[in-house]
Amino acid sequence: MEPLLSVAGLTKRYGGRLACDGIGFTLDPGEVLAVVGESGSGKSTLLSLIAGEVAADAGSVAYRMRDGATRDLDTLSLVERRALMRTDWGFVRQDATQGLRMAVSAGGNVGERLMGVGDRHYGRIRATALDWLARVEIAADRIDDPPTRFSGGMRQRLQIARNLVTAPRLVLMDEPTSGLDVSVQARLLDMIRGLVAELGLAVIIVTHDLAVARLLSHRVLVMRAGRVIETGLTDQVLDDPQAAYTQLLVSSVLAA
Amino acid sequence: MYVAVKGGEAAIDNAHRLLAEVRRGDPAVPELTVAQIREQMRLLVDRVMTEGSLYDPDLAALALKQARGDVVEAVFLVRAYRTTLPRFGATEPVDTGAMTLARRISATFKDLPGGQVLGPTFDYTHRLVDFGLADAGSPDPAAEAEPEADAAACPRVTDLLGQAGLLEPSPPDEGAPVGDLTREPVDYPADRAVRLQGLARGDEGFLLALGYSTQRGYGRTHPFVGEIRVGAVELAFTPEELGFPVSLGTVALTECQMINQFHGHGAVPPQFTRGYGLVFGQGERKAMAMALVDRSLRAAELGEPVAVPAQDQEFVLAHCDSLQATGFVEHMKLPHYVDFQAELELVRRLRAEHAARAAAPAPASDESPLREAAE
Amino acid sequence: MNPPNPAVARATVTVSAGAGYNFAYLDEGTKRMIRRAILKAIAIPGYQVPFAAREMPMPYGWGTGGVQVTAAILGAADVLKVIDQGADDTTNAVSIRRFFTATAGIATTTRTAEATVIQTRHRIPEAPLAEGQVLVYQVPIPEPLRFLEPRETETRQLHALAEYGLMHVKLYEDIARHGHIATTYAYPVEVAGRYVMDPSPTPKFDNPKMDDCPALQLFGAGREKRIYAIPPYTRVRSLDFEDHPFRVQRFDRPCALCGAEDVYLDEVVLDDAGGRMFVCSDTDHCETRLGETRLAETRLADGHTGEAA
Repeated sequence: MEPLLSVAGLTKRYGGRLACDGIGFTLDPGEVLAVVGESGSGKSTLLSLIAGEVAADAGSVAYRMRDGATRDLDTLSLVERRALMRTDWGFVRQDATQGLRMAVSAGGNVGERLMGVGDRHYGRIRATALDWLARVEIAADRIDDPPTRFSGGMRQRLQIARNLVTAPRLVLMDEPTSGLDVSVQARLLDMIRGLVAELGLAVIIVTHDLAVARLLSHRVLVMRAGRVIETGLTDQVLDDPQAAYTQLLVSSVLAA
Repeated sequence: MYVAVKGGEAAIDNAHRLLAEVRRGDPAVPELTVAQIREQMRLLVDRVMTEGSLYDPDLAALALKQARGDVVEAVFLVRAYRTTLPRFGATEPVDTGAMTLARRISATFKDLPGGQVLGPTFDYTHRLVDFGLADAGSPDPAAEAEPEADAAACPRVTDLLGQAGLLEPSPPDEGAPVGDLTREPVDYPADRAVRLQGLARGDEGFLLALGYSTQRGYGRTHPFVGEIRVGAVELAFTPEELGFPVSLGTVALTECQMINQFHGHGAVPPQFTRGYGLVFGQGERKAMAMALVDRSLRAAELGEPVAVPAQDQEFVLAHCDSLQATGFVEHMKLPHYVDFQAELELVRRLRAEHAARAAAPAPASDESPLREAAE
Repeated sequence: MNPPNPAVARATVTVSAGAGYNFAYLDEGTKRMIRRAILKAIAIPGYQVPFAAREMPMPYGWGTGGVQVTAAILGAADVLKVIDQGADDTTNAVSIRRFFTATAGIATTTRTAEATVIQTRHRIPEAPLAEGQVLVYQVPIPEPLRFLEPRETETRQLHALAEYGLMHVKLYEDIARHGHIATTYAYPVEVAGRYVMDPSPTPKFDNPKMDDCPALQLFGAGREKRIYAIPPYTRVRSLDFEDHPFRVQRFDRPCALCGAEDVYLDEVVLDDAGGRMFVCSDTDHCETRLGETRLAETRLADGHTGEAA
């Protein structure tokens, strides 16, 4: 099967420091890839490079579009690229205030992408928003509240609904559970796992938490100082790490 | 019976006649002359010239008289006059290194070639009201200075540091046309020359507050006053038909070169960077504030985060102009009753709907048990 | 835009030396620059064309954009009408009309039908405009997305890509909160199926008049340095939802003076006991109708006299 996403030789230099050094991997439809590593390992930069928010110094990102043709994202026009980002891709941010419009109601947040692709029927937009709020377990009577009145966990669930409303095939997630209470984390992870399986989403999730990787991902990619140290099936890598650094990472989690 | 109000024209005429009378004040008190304002309110005249973007002390003094001493109104008069003037071209860059100095201080070096020249300054005066000034009188003559030090003996501090490579060099003059935001709309991001023009025209109070905010932690730049120099420089212009520069005379300027700590990035080694301020006449406060804000606005260029107002060029340039600000703030005095009527109608309708909802029977209780409980 | 040719500017000084200022105040080089912007604006309906707005002898926010557009298009044979809030006698309308009388010596009128150029703030005249007329709007904030996205660099991109979803988010929020769209003036429109445009702070009551209008509509924003245009007979659609269509406000009474219905009314407070009346905001429209009534009454009266004799 042809992969959904192919990343090759992705490199980014900040001054003298290599944030990402020749990163390459492929992602199949419906596959969940966890990118793990310490802070400063380059994993968040990698996500920004894939999303095209930061320009790469070298390398390429190719994506199989809905029409089946694989395109190098660099060759897309700005219009095509932005259309792709707000329909077929999603991006769930670590900081919900970066991923939501904090002054706009929950319904407006979920409806924005629909209106962005031309839906002009208020009743239909609102019904879809209600449906999605229910799927992320936000009560219907909160639809007109802005996210400023939501808890951290609710904001992340709202972000997920806002991203999934256009039925994207690929979702990037940057530490979606960090900063949340353990019980809130567990509920959110459970929900993400359910949605990913139900919708057949491909996901690249960046996390420093190996437990998150184990729970959600099929494969993991271990990064350190901008390089991929080790990659493989999640269970394999976490149960039988080959690289010394991965062993250290795994054992430190176990010790904690 | 209501009759629509008429007579706007007569009312305006009468208001303007009254303004002229009030401007003159008590006729028993001698009238101010333009020369008096020019000579004795010189710092005010300098500020009007700077923010008015026009070097003409007599015109600025006259504008101040006409404006009853209102600085922004005087700047307005000067700007509106300036916009009608034909533009012959741009002068040669002034050489502030060759300035005839009235004042020159550096905070970064105790002593330096040419020395520290205090000149006429409020610094170190005790701010005690001098009641003696209420009476006419002539001050004691000031001490005569040594014959003017020649310019070569009084180099700019930034040139001294630059020679050692410690300070970023001035960007080379590539002969590119100089932008002019009074002749072209600002296209963001604006280059530094256009930003500096905007800041030079900008309101002193606004820039002072912004510069101050960087010192208090809203985007610290670790500034030092490399040098402030006040004095006269020669202005030269090259007419197309002659092809060589001719002197147009001298203008009084205040220049501030702020030197800022910088850690370097990537290929750029640690060095000092600069913020620049230049105003007409003597205007140290404005020149310093301008230099602070100029350096802050270079954040993006120097790879620093753009996070606070003083670093955001759209924020600073779009709001620093006192005329644009005062025009838009004061236009709220103009009638808005058509829009207000539309809003009035809406609020009445919303209130009626609100009242209707309040009067209606409560919705089925199984829908919202919490709300019902709360009631 | 290029700076004006210095040679032109010099020539202008010579020409204007007698009167003090050039015809309609601006020098010819500046007028040419503004006319180029206007032509571009007409060519791309609804698109905001940056122009090098000059500092005018009236304050920013008081119509400098409209004044510059008017100055650039006025000819000696033009007849100018200036309204503010629909009225010819509001102070700023008087001031602007005087400015052009003094600097251009052109004829002015309060009659909509007689004017070739109408400069307006906040209203579109009630009487239908005709081919050959130009309506010049004074615009405070030309960017319809400004209060959703403050950054110019970002809003320009949104226009370039026709990404107007955000605008509908605003309308969605209105309906969610109030049950209907609660924008009453400066109501955004889509021009010629492409650019979303701010019609200036006219009440949305006037929006339908912009659609398929025989007159040329020009918009000038001096402080923000933008000009935009709606060419004659252009489709102008007010943004809305299919199930919440655009609707204008209606007054439940006619003008207390001339009896006109379906016009925009000013509410006039008569006393401190809640007494108020509603009269035409468009003073010329009201006076024209009153004049017609008086004329009819006079004719009627004359007829009676004739019969009695």
